[in-house]
Amino acid sequence: MLITELKSKETIVSLVDGKKVFIINCHGCKEVHFPEKEAAEFQKELADSGNVTGIMTKDYICNPENLKLRIQKYMDAIEAADAVLVFSCGVGVQTIAEYLGDKPVYAACDTYPLPGFQGVTPLEYDCKQCGECYLNLTGGICPITACSKSLVNGQCGGSKDGKCEVDSNMECGWERIYRRLAQLGRLDVLKCPTQVRNYATDEEVSK
Amino acid sequence: MKISELFDRGEFVVTAEVGPPKGIHIEHVLEEAKTYLSGITAVNVTDNQSSVMRLGSLATCKALKDEGLTPIFQLTCRDRNRIALQSDLLSAAMLGIDNVLCLTGDHTKMGDHPQAKPVFDLDSVSLLHTIKQLESGVDLGGNELVGEPPKFAKGAVVSPCSDSVDAQLAKMERKVAAGADYFQTQAVFEPEKFIKFMEKAKQFGKPVQVGIIIPKSAGMAKFMNNNVAGVHVPDDMIEELKADKEKTKAGITGVEIAARIIKECKPYCQGVHIMALGWESKVPALLEQAGI
Repeated sequence: MLITELKSKETIVSLVDGKKVFIINCHGCKEVHFPEKEAAEFQKELADSGNVTGIMTKDYICNPENLKLRIQKYMDAIEAADAVLVFSCGVGVQTIAEYLGDKPVYAACDTYPLPGFQGVTPLEYDCKQCGECYLNLTGGICPITACSKSLVNGQCGGSKDGKCEVDSNMECGWERIYRRLAQLGRLDVLKCPTQVRNYATDEEVSK
Repeated sequence: MKISELFDRGEFVVTAEVGPPKGIHIEHVLEEAKTYLSGITAVNVTDNQSSVMRLGSLATCKALKDEGLTPIFQLTCRDRNRIALQSDLLSAAMLGIDNVLCLTGDHTKMGDHPQAKPVFDLDSVSLLHTIKQLESGVDLGGNELVGEPPKFAKGAVVSPCSDSVDAQLAKMERKVAAGADYFQTQAVFEPEKFIKFMEKAKQFGKPVQVGIIIPKSAGMAKFMNNNVAGVHVPDDMIEELKADKEKTKAGITGVEIAARIIKECKPYCQGVHIMALGWESKVPALLEQAGI
């Protein structure tokens, strides 16, 4: 099971400030605790500013086939937006970012683990439920699961012909991130401050 | 002595690396270093290189320092969390070792303990950031150090002939922002790629030492091409190594090739870093042929 928790209001606003946004909620699987009420309140505030081109609320968006079917009728509203803001666990954000390709996709939530069954996640994407979602700094590709060293400040020197030093069948996650950011025209994101991971996911310690 | 001071004075800085043995007898390493490397600026000591467990880098650095050499403490993030890394940095400073080279490190799966837990609590960038913070008198947890904080010449690495060189440059920029004072590169066999890389890298304003490996044989070159990230030995060099087996075996061909690469790269960089891989004895001849 897992808990999704809204990132701070300031964090989310800084991502979408002045931009037209399309919002996607995943009310997902019963294994996820989703902050429905807080998300709705925040989204109403955003909508009042007049910058929201549409809201889609579905379940199981982590399933690429399901997402593809359900997102179609919203594509005009997504086209009209500068960015897509996703309220879901880390897998949902990655699925949408991959599907939309050159549209910036941002995570509005952090995902924390709870013991138990982990929901219906496809094999292509994974979320380690690290509680400090990096997807907004990496073009929607998770460096924790896509990099064998879970590096958060860029690639190591170990990739050869685009493949990871650990597994020659695995693409270097950071090369994928670099290509995606280039595709989005957002290589400037790589100039963000040095990231230091916080393993103290226990709330009392981390705050 | 911090090697950053030499870069600041505009000196062409020469370093070479030695690997600690898998055991506690270090006499041979010290003897080789004293005999062949005492004329150069500083000596890197690798940190469980290729994830193979060996004698520690820090202890070997101290032994080299006691012999009058200037050691560079290589520090990887593979085997230690942020507490152990910071503690080892304080230990180094206490021992008077003030040159450090920060690396992420190979994955544990690459070495002789593939069952080991890979740590990577920090990485090369956040390690540089951590050192900068220690230098300001505060540790990564935000706690004040007692007394005068340590000061290091903070080195980092970059792979100029990588097939994803733009991503390498982006990472290099992050390392500069995190506090890197100088760079040593992965081994270069294609000077034209290195020169192109330097045209882009010079914007960061940090000294770069070109990395050099003396090729020992055509087989070694092919092995590196197949297995070592960011290294490519061109076909004509492999042919050169094949041409006269005796000359190659004696190290003459390898030294000629390496000297040529150094000469071509020298106008574009601020130093050279030699990874002799057991051929420390060839270093003096190499430097002489390269005109350094």
